[in-house]
Amino acid sequence: MITRRLQYELAGRAVGPLLLTIERWQKKLKRRQPRREGPFGPPLESTQKLKELMSLHYLQGRYADGAVPVAWITSGFPVEMLRPFGFHVVYPENHGALCGARRMIPEFAEVAEKEGYSHDLCSYARGDIGSVLSGKTPVGRLPKPDMLGCCTNICQTVLYWYRSLAKYFDVPLVLIDTPYVYGESQPHHIDYVRDQLDELTVTASKITGKPANSETLHETLQLAREAAELWAACLATGKNRPSPWTGFDGFIHMAPVVAMRGTEECNAYYRMLLDELNDRIARGIGGIRNERYRLLWDNLPIWYKIRELSSTFAEAGCNFVCTTYTNVWADPAKDLDPAAPVASMARAYSNILLNRDLNNRMRIFREMVRDYQIDGVVLHSDRSCKPYSVGQIDLKRLITEELGVRTLLIEADHADPRAFSEEQVETRLQAFIEGFT
Amino acid sequence: MKAVAIGIDAGSTTCKGVAINSNAEIIASLVQPVEPLIEVQAQRCIAELRQRCGAGNNVPVAATGYGRKRVGADRAITEITCHARGAFHHTGKAGVLIDVGGQDTKVIHVGSRGEVVDFAMNDKCAAGTGRFLEVIVQRLGVSLEDVAKRVEGTDRIVKVSSTCTVFAESEVVSLLAQGEPLDGILRGLHTALANRIGALAGRLKPDVDLIMSGGVALNSAMVKALGTTLGRTPRVVPQPQLVGALGAALLVSFVSEVPSPSSTPVPM
Repeated sequence: MITRRLQYELAGRAVGPLLLTIERWQKKLKRRQPRREGPFGPPLESTQKLKELMSLHYLQGRYADGAVPVAWITSGFPVEMLRPFGFHVVYPENHGALCGARRMIPEFAEVAEKEGYSHDLCSYARGDIGSVLSGKTPVGRLPKPDMLGCCTNICQTVLYWYRSLAKYFDVPLVLIDTPYVYGESQPHHIDYVRDQLDELTVTASKITGKPANSETLHETLQLAREAAELWAACLATGKNRPSPWTGFDGFIHMAPVVAMRGTEECNAYYRMLLDELNDRIARGIGGIRNERYRLLWDNLPIWYKIRELSSTFAEAGCNFVCTTYTNVWADPAKDLDPAAPVASMARAYSNILLNRDLNNRMRIFREMVRDYQIDGVVLHSDRSCKPYSVGQIDLKRLITEELGVRTLLIEADHADPRAFSEEQVETRLQAFIEGFT
Repeated sequence: MKAVAIGIDAGSTTCKGVAINSNAEIIASLVQPVEPLIEVQAQRCIAELRQRCGAGNNVPVAATGYGRKRVGADRAITEITCHARGAFHHTGKAGVLIDVGGQDTKVIHVGSRGEVVDFAMNDKCAAGTGRFLEVIVQRLGVSLEDVAKRVEGTDRIVKVSSTCTVFAESEVVSLLAQGEPLDGILRGLHTALANRIGALAGRLKPDVDLIMSGGVALNSAMVKALGTTLGRTPRVVPQPQLVGALGAALLVSFVSEVPSPSSTPVPM
């Protein structure tokens, strides 16, 4: 236990930073190739720091089991409850996005499909289960969990997915069930979720052998609220003309607010990113060189096509200045209250975008189209994310009729390229772009 | 009159080409089954069109269709924009265009200037496309030329519930085994396809002119089936297969923003 803890601390505090310093020096020593004049503005300098932050997070994770308690949780799980108990937290969805961007999902998904998991299931679920069964991952190793945490505020699939994981790892699964919110969440909804959060405290305490610590929880909530506020401020810089970054940059830079929310490292990173974005605004630097049309992206990104898609649009002077997905991690800022941590978390995590009705989705479109001066909306109908994709045809019609902006619906999958028809999607995108020019 | 532009529509089933004059009239055209080497076939088509209307190498070429980027034309434009522009040339006003091609079915809301206001397309499979009919008709041993006559000659509609090309094929085989009449099955297939296209068209505005282009528009039985589904029969533009190539030629030539009076849509 002590040796393992030492390895874990060394990985995070000494070996990891040392390796990253060496890598930085190697990069500096390498002769720089002159950068090709592309459609994008100068790259964000913070990206290097982001890579280091996430690399360190995954490197330390390799040595976490046996050193500290480990929890695998869904992206919408109230992670703030776990931080005071010292959990190392793994996000299979974040790991899935990473695998998706590296085009490794088909390999992992096939392992899961051979075990009988339907190819109609979410590609994150198939990718994660396949990664667990095969023991393969692009991050070296994922620590074995002591606990699984699943919150139904993003979808119901996570429940069945985490049940499979619980059976495989033979560890407790904590379910936080959030009733779907039509209109506004009701007091009895909040009470119901709050009771489950109280139970979570008891379970986490049992697993870790540590008592609950209200002071640390208070501090964590403060950090989480600040993280959401900083992230919201970063996203809001896209309201400028030109936007200092692109929505696709946002998809990459959201990793810390998803996976490290409630930690000081996360907030320090976003302070740095916000400073850089504000500096770019002051100097008139755009995410793309020639921003002529401002677009909004709905739903998850197509991780394995981010580079190609962003280039196609950027070359035509189209910049995605905002996305509904990245906004999901900015939204809780208004609900999290360090003075009433559990009750405010019950509210914040019930009010997640995917747990609310289409009227709320339309309200967000209305505000974004107005505030970001949007010329067109691209809705990604994501085969793997049914809760996000259902209703998009109605939303598309409403956006066109009510907001008077051009819309496009494309069909793809966020992580599985086998469900992506390159030529057909490209034709639709090109036709959409031709409509502007 | 001299050619001012050439349009090539390298589709998934056929390769179409037109040359137009400064009055935006088609002075030469061709339609060929698509070959595996699109770039070779397209260059041959361009050369043939140039020769037939005495056009020099300075006449601009625009390409559309799935093979547009392999044609080596001066401009590559999507078939959505080209079909809208080509159809607008015939109608001169806003409308909803249904284009049923080999691989794609497009429902395009054409604006009052011939621009694309909005469009909807089939999912990424052959359901609801010309390929659906082609595959199944071939399976039934009926020639494409005879299809309309057979469908229009029967009152019987045998219900075909699937529009998935693979499932419908086996469904048709089992219907034949049950002794259902061939013509009735063919009519049922037309109804199934029309319902599928109708679902796409239903997403767009209902109160504007309904027009139709693409190879499937040559099948009068399909046009009638669509009329039954949509409650009004779409008007088929002249030479519906050439609309994409015509739109491409018009877009690269910048001629004739006003439709020519000779090209009024044929009333059904």
